Amino acid sequence: MTDRAFSVVRAGALTTVQDLGRPGHAHLGVPRAGALDEPAHRLANRLVGNPESAATLETTLTGCALRVRTATTVAVTGAPCPVTVDGRPAPWGAPVRVPAGAVLDAGPATHGLRSHLAFAGGIDTEPVLGSRAADLLSGLGPDPLTDGAVLPLGDPHGPPATADAVPHTGPATELLLPFLPGPRDAWFTDAGLHTLATGRFRVSPASNRIGLRTQGPPLERARTGELPSEGMPLGALQVPPDGLPVLFLHDHPTTGGYPVIGVVPERYLAPAAQAVPGTPVRFLRMR
Amino acid sequence: MRPLPVGEHGLLIELDSAEEVEALHAELLRRAADGALPPVREIVPAARTVLLDGLADPRGLIAELAAWDIPPLTAGDRPAVEIPVRYDGPDLADVAALWDVTPEEVVRRHSATEFHVAFCGFAPGFGYLTGLPEPLHVPRRDTPRTKVPVGSVALAGPYTGVYPRSSPGGWQLIGTTDTVLWDPRREPAALLTPGTRVRFVPQETA
Repeated sequence: MTDRAFSVVRAGALTTVQDLGRPGHAHLGVPRAGALDEPAHRLANRLVGNPESAATLETTLTGCALRVRTATTVAVTGAPCPVTVDGRPAPWGAPVRVPAGAVLDAGPATHGLRSHLAFAGGIDTEPVLGSRAADLLSGLGPDPLTDGAVLPLGDPHGPPATADAVPHTGPATELLLPFLPGPRDAWFTDAGLHTLATGRFRVSPASNRIGLRTQGPPLERARTGELPSEGMPLGALQVPPDGLPVLFLHDHPTTGGYPVIGVVPERYLAPAAQAVPGTPVRFLRMR
Repeated sequence: MRPLPVGEHGLLIELDSAEEVEALHAELLRRAADGALPPVREIVPAARTVLLDGLADPRGLIAELAAWDIPPLTAGDRPAVEIPVRYDGPDLADVAALWDVTPEEVVRRHSATEFHVAFCGFAPGFGYLTGLPEPLHVPRRDTPRTKVPVGSVALAGPYTGVYPRSSPGGWQLIGTTDTVLWDPRREPAALLTPGTRVRFVPQETA
């Protein structure tokens, strides 16, 4: 392996390699995968001069620490967290020059859930179906990071972009999820749809990259029984028999047999990736 | 044909039968290949539906669909994929009991059936194969196995499937194959893609 690589000093709770995913293969049972907070992933790449499709690291809650083998420009975005280089404070949301052999530490998220770490040149693991994204449902792509693992980096693309201001949403006191009803809203009573649009839900600790699970009042069904398996889009609000909606995130199954009461457009999904368990959730009916 | 909106950019087209789903799916692929379909990110056939996702104007396509003439599915000119099977699955006797025949007759009927891949899901490369007549449909196991070995040939409901990798599963296991169902370095990665015809060829058990 060349010197363009880093070794994992502290893998954190769950750190995965992510990019823009592998769309276009759902008919083969292959989930989209890719960065859950896509704007944060794109921004991190821009800050180090990468194309937005380059692979970054996505951390979960506790961050991670890495030792780079050669001097590398790194940027941390997404959930704000303390960033240090060999123990010295470094900026979050800006390009950071990390000397050869130094340890970059992205600490626990001060709020939010997932930070993104981009490295100039991107993470250069072997692509699978055109993507380096780790897909935790079907096991495609690189395994989640483990302490001591070594990951290769690509050659830097160009000078880092300069950013005047890094967009960053403040701590979310409530997750707002606008949705369009359908395709199976008819499987629910009017009361069930009313419950979805007005009920007080919270993010369940059982949430993961596959789905954001909720706790709250169960949605009343108008029809019982199973639906024949059908295609599931990103952002689907699937309702299993317990009546509690699950918002499908990037590693969701491509087909499923529970009715989808509504769909949250993709542009509203990044905040869902940053909502910690217990965050109040409000679903807003768009029409 | 009932189109149902799916979010801002999706359309779920519901049909009356698996045959109509396959015919519409084939027509969508034909039109996509001819450049006669608006750009779409995913086309996902399933049991009674086809999902189109990533459309700029789903409503425009709804209007267009009404005028489509969809030819019924023909047998197809692609040769069937042959999958050699050792009919040695732990549930072979149970399936024989459910069918009220001998295990040898299960092998004969299963290997005499021409299947085709109605849709994929569950795992990359897992195809839902239709072809068994309704009296031969069997329920899932009451208790799913925590680990079904890779290459297991299995039955559930109207479907036959082959596990592309080891995973939990509740289907009735009737045999095993060494055929590689999923290889990301192969093009296509999945051996069984929607529409593929499939035959199972009995192999001597060792």
